Amino acid sequence: MATVTYDHVTKRFDTVVAVNDFNLEIPDKEFLVLVGPSGCGKSTALRLLAGLEEITEGDIYIGDRLVNHVPAKDRDIAMVFQSYALYPHMSVYDNMAFGLTLRKVPKEEIDRRVREAAQILGIEDLLKRKPRQLSGGQRQRVALGRAMVRDPAAFLLDEPLSNLDAKLRVQTRAELSKLHQRLGTTFIYVTHDQVEAMTMATRIAVMKDGLLQQVGAPQDLYDRPENVFVAGFIGSPAMNFFQARVKGQREEMHLDIDSFQVPVPASWLDDLLPYGGKEVIFGMRPENICDPECQPCSTEAAPVTAMVDVTEVMGSEIFLHLVADGKAFMARVDPRCRARPGQEIRVEFDMARMHVFDPETEEAIGSREKR
Amino acid sequence: MVGRRWWTPWLWLAPALALLGVFLVYPVVDTVRRSFLDERSKSFVGLDNYRFIIDNPQPLVSDTHSALLNNIMWLTLFTGITVALGLILAVLTGRVRYEAAAKSSIFIPMAISFVAAAVIWRFMYEFNTDIGTVNAAVTSAGGESTDWLRDTGSPQTWLTERGPDTMPRPIQINNLALIFVGVWMWTGFAMVVLSAGLKGISTEVLEAARVDGANEWQIFRRIIVPILSPTIVVVATTLVIQGLKKFDLVWVMTGGRAKTDVVATLFYKEAFRVGDFGVGAALAVVLLLWVLPIMVISIRRFQFQEETR
Ligand SMILES: Nc1ncnc2c1ncn2[C@@H]1O[C@H](COP(=O)(O)OP(=O)(O)OP(=O)(O)O)[C@@H](O)[C@H]1O
Ligand SMILES: [Mg+2]
Repeated sequence: MATVTYDHVTKRFDTVVAVNDFNLEIPDKEFLVLVGPSGCGKSTALRLLAGLEEITEGDIYIGDRLVNHVPAKDRDIAMVFQSYALYPHMSVYDNMAFGLTLRKVPKEEIDRRVREAAQILGIEDLLKRKPRQLSGGQRQRVALGRAMVRDPAAFLLDEPLSNLDAKLRVQTRAELSKLHQRLGTTFIYVTHDQVEAMTMATRIAVMKDGLLQQVGAPQDLYDRPENVFVAGFIGSPAMNFFQARVKGQREEMHLDIDSFQVPVPASWLDDLLPYGGKEVIFGMRPENICDPECQPCSTEAAPVTAMVDVTEVMGSEIFLHLVADGKAFMARVDPRCRARPGQEIRVEFDMARMHVFDPETEEAIGSREKR
Repeated sequence: MVGRRWWTPWLWLAPALALLGVFLVYPVVDTVRRSFLDERSKSFVGLDNYRFIIDNPQPLVSDTHSALLNNIMWLTLFTGITVALGLILAVLTGRVRYEAAAKSSIFIPMAISFVAAAVIWRFMYEFNTDIGTVNAAVTSAGGESTDWLRDTGSPQTWLTERGPDTMPRPIQINNLALIFVGVWMWTGFAMVVLSAGLKGISTEVLEAARVDGANEWQIFRRIIVPILSPTIVVVATTLVIQGLKKFDLVWVMTGGRAKTDVVATLFYKEAFRVGDFGVGAALAVVLLLWVLPIMVISIRRFQFQEETR
């Protein structure tokens, strides 16, 4: 049990900068999810902490201990690999006991811990089997069990669910959250799946091209993304972005998106004043675009006329692919809505929930509280 | 299957069986037969030839005991050292930058014919330091030049000296010198086969062991070796059979002099030099009986693997 600190950590492979000036403090008992697109350096960040890669620059601390030069075996962490990496020649029991036998833990103690972990994970009947006699889901449990018995300072998990089918993944997600509460250990979890990140994390850290983009609680990241990348990455379907120009003086200030115009809410006037006449990126999440025919919209609704291109019926909701004068965007509406492909409909944008970004820096505009 | 007779498959097998019969079964049977006959293969002598091997009545002409002991040495030392060295080199070359170059250079001896290698090493062990590289190295390190292969009575002789009398008989420096050449030739083979097996071990498994708290030695001992054990058995079996049949190196380098004979060289000598086909055949049968169980075990193993695939 310990805090984990990345202090300006950089990792270079020859020419590739896999992790770039990574700065993050992970408090004890937190479930931190590292998320980002493929190749952004998530696994590398985790492997640096595990001691499987050498740090190029910066420091990593586990608790108060600087671990830059501590070999993996002495870092007191456990890791669950994407391929599970079970020892193929050992039984499930021996796989779980291996780390403890190396530490010369007494036999009875090993037995007690292995059986306890097996019971929690529901794999008591499998203890005598070899890994090749297990299904993917069972292997995944064994890998978790192997980490659990060690009672480590931190649990590292690198995409542990990506080899499971969709249903098992949902189930295991919930079990992992439960396990985290039960063990009360720091979890650091790598995934490229933002749904996994949202559902399990205490905090999410979003990475892109080796750079940390934003760290925060899932809802915070969702509601207040600090740049275009985070806004687009978190949330499914993704946020709609429009090239817009800020036009008009104070009371008449509006965003001009070629095909349509939307008024700027009063609370945003001060923030957008410096951008008068300039380009900005206007963002709106699909669920904040509604069809007034079937569900009430907020008070700050701005009407937009658009053509329905495709409808995706999900059961609990409908995704409308809309086109307004060549500009495509998506709305997520109530299943009672009757919009059909080819139809021209009037939707409303909930301007209270809008996001605006600077087109050059791609940083969010406007004070935090408002967003 | 209409019109198919029971003997149809045998018809197709017949040519192969005939060849096997002529070139394998007949010689084996005939050798066994001759091992019970006298030196001209005329009259039946019972187990006399085998008694000759056991009693060793002529240790100066044909020392059967030393040949048997030397073969056991070849079997154990040659196999053990080659497997161990091959395994270590497989692990080490997997970690160096110029892996391909390192492996090729270790594998090269395998590509040389055994006779050529034997000739090369005769020069290497030569007493004259202008020719013998080994002795040149020894003398330049302050040691005394040694005739490695011949029994000259000089204080140290590599291929010929039997070593201090306090040592058990088979541990003679000349036998070790011969076995070393065998090891030199076969290490490349062991290394290449084992490193192919090593490449099959997922790096994540090794990393998992490291995170689990294993040091390099524990990873080697408790993860790599057990996972590689089927491959190690295959390599060891090949080497055991090689060690048992060893003839060429010994024949070319010492001709079996100074107590370096192995069973294969001794039966050749008995049959074609001394002219005693009876003892020669008996020695060949002893060798066959030695190889047989190993063949059976490895075939069993092969079948077992086929089944469990
Ligand atoms: N051993 C290595 N040698 C050279 N480059 C590497 C090495 N390992 C990773 N990289 C590079 O570093 C970058 C980050 O890799 P990393 O494996 O951390 O990505 P990731 O975020 O885990 O991606 P994924 O979601 O696909 O697993 C990539 O550009 C990759 O090509
Ligand atoms: Mg990865």
